[in-house]
Amino acid sequence: MVTVPETHPAPLRRDRSHAVVGGVCAGLARWLGVDALIMRVCFVVAAGVGGLGVALYAVCWALLPASGAGREGGTRIARAAGRRESWMVASGLVLLVLAVLLLFRAWGVWVGDAIVWPLILATGGGALIWRQSQGAEVVEPPERERARPGGGAARPRRVLRLARPSLGIVALGAALIVGGALVFLWLNGALELDRDVTLAVLVVVTAMTLILAPWWLRLARGLTEERAERIRTQERAELAAHLHDSVLQTLALMQKRADEPREVAALARRQERELRAWLNAGSRREAGASLAAALEAAVAEIEDAHGVPVEVVAVGDRRLDERAEALVAATREAVLNAVKFAPGAAISVYAEVRGDRVEVFVRDRGPGFDLAAIPPDRRGLRESVLGRMERHGGRVQIHTRPGEGTEVELVMAA
Amino acid sequence: MSALPRVVLVDDHGLFRAGVRAELDGLVDVVGDVGTVGEAIDCVVEQEPDVVLLDVQMPEGGGAEVIRGVAPRRPAVRFLALSVSDAPEDVISIIRAGARGYVTKTISGPELADAVRRVAGGDAVFSPRLAGFVLDAFAGQEGAAPEVADDELDQLTAREREVLRHIARGYLYKEIALRLGISAKTVEAHVSAVLRKLQLSNRHELSRWAVQRGWTQ
Repeated sequence: MVTVPETHPAPLRRDRSHAVVGGVCAGLARWLGVDALIMRVCFVVAAGVGGLGVALYAVCWALLPASGAGREGGTRIARAAGRRESWMVASGLVLLVLAVLLLFRAWGVWVGDAIVWPLILATGGGALIWRQSQGAEVVEPPERERARPGGGAARPRRVLRLARPSLGIVALGAALIVGGALVFLWLNGALELDRDVTLAVLVVVTAMTLILAPWWLRLARGLTEERAERIRTQERAELAAHLHDSVLQTLALMQKRADEPREVAALARRQERELRAWLNAGSRREAGASLAAALEAAVAEIEDAHGVPVEVVAVGDRRLDERAEALVAATREAVLNAVKFAPGAAISVYAEVRGDRVEVFVRDRGPGFDLAAIPPDRRGLRESVLGRMERHGGRVQIHTRPGEGTEVELVMAA
Repeated sequence: MSALPRVVLVDDHGLFRAGVRAELDGLVDVVGDVGTVGEAIDCVVEQEPDVVLLDVQMPEGGGAEVIRGVAPRRPAVRFLALSVSDAPEDVISIIRAGARGYVTKTISGPELADAVRRVAGGDAVFSPRLAGFVLDAFAGQEGAAPEVADDELDQLTAREREVLRHIARGYLYKEIALRLGISAKTVEAHVSAVLRKLQLSNRHELSRWAVQRGWTQ
């Protein structure tokens, strides 16, 4: 069967369901809005005038694609076309052109061998190729594939399929067209040195266009649609997978832990962070390679472990080298310290990179303390923060007073 | 104390509006809450509230469209953006459209009420994150003299920078005033100056953010 997709409202098509011979008259009649009988009479009359009607009919038949279901026991020619026996179509067309040219000769308008034979070759090749290229079309998948169980939202997938036996026939067609072009050049003497380069180029270009144009059109159209559809489907699938893995899982967890507000808050917070990271993917710096990303990761870990929200604001960024790593580790300790000694208070981390200098401020709104009163063996701050920073040439300053919260200032001048 | 500030709440999520209403109960006077850009413009023009709490991302143009619809008719109404988004282009764009501040939706009720009062009083409200974005956007002209003589609008003064840095670190205005040895009024003046620069400057980064959201002026 010819599976020409019926996309346009009322295109000029052969009407094979009302065909007597090939459906040309019926199709033309429907297109023009007249009775098929009138068209048939016209063609018969024209056939009487030197066979013009026959030639015209044949050309129409070859060029017009078929529409409708077609009768199972259609005419022999129609069935031949139906099976896409391109060589038959091509040779028919060649004979037709020959007939028309002979007709011209009978009328005394003989155009000469230099035109006739190349034209006939090119016609044959062109017919082969154009018929073949109609095989590349988008086909709907079989019914059972579309009607998947529970697949209410599943969209029917469309597949691009190329006619199978096309390659050999296409090559033959191309060879015929090129041959026609060469014969034309040779007969006109254009091949003997560069007598007429313009003509030669023109003819070759025309031949190539004839060969390639149908594919460009069909393939370009088919592939663009197909690609857009595929990208949409992929994106949707990716989004669905992500939502399922992250958001839905978290919501399920939160329902189970509904009576533990701290944990619910922590879960929500983690999910929010993940979703933000996912939404901003691409615009954010790649994790692990930059100071800001490392800081955010370290803080996120503490948030998860202790269920405390910590806001991180970073201005500027730099590569994560050894010193920056030390700074991140010290910041981590400072935040942990804040979590421990200022329970329930808001904690914020601010990092700024200015040229070679990096500053990090860890601030909590907890009770604060008397700096002079802390025992010197408080290792948390002493060792892990101060020691780390000093080993890498940084310094630490602590601003605090009872009742005013605490701020740890970490400066690394690198 | 003066009467409670009158507030209109604009957000396309009904659930969220209800939540904010409940949190602000008794702290401010919520005179209306609406869910679409069109309704918001009508409601604000009719009610003339002191402050509009505005969601950034809504269908049909979002918060910026509301500001554009209201501003010519009710220039006295002030806007405070309230959003879940912390993408720089969202934050900077709504400020450039005319909002006098930006806070995230995780803010607590009393803090939000405080922010509303400050906006109603003519101040700008910068969250730590917004301060960070502004520092980022105006970064890179400290120290070395700029090649092209920048407009006054295109740079922050050292003092403004210092104030923003403290906001980003999580300090309140009065704490900043204490630390910098200036009055709280001066701190507010600095923040307002930054807001003005943010809205009027043609600085490259700011323009880029605005263009990304299709808000060229």
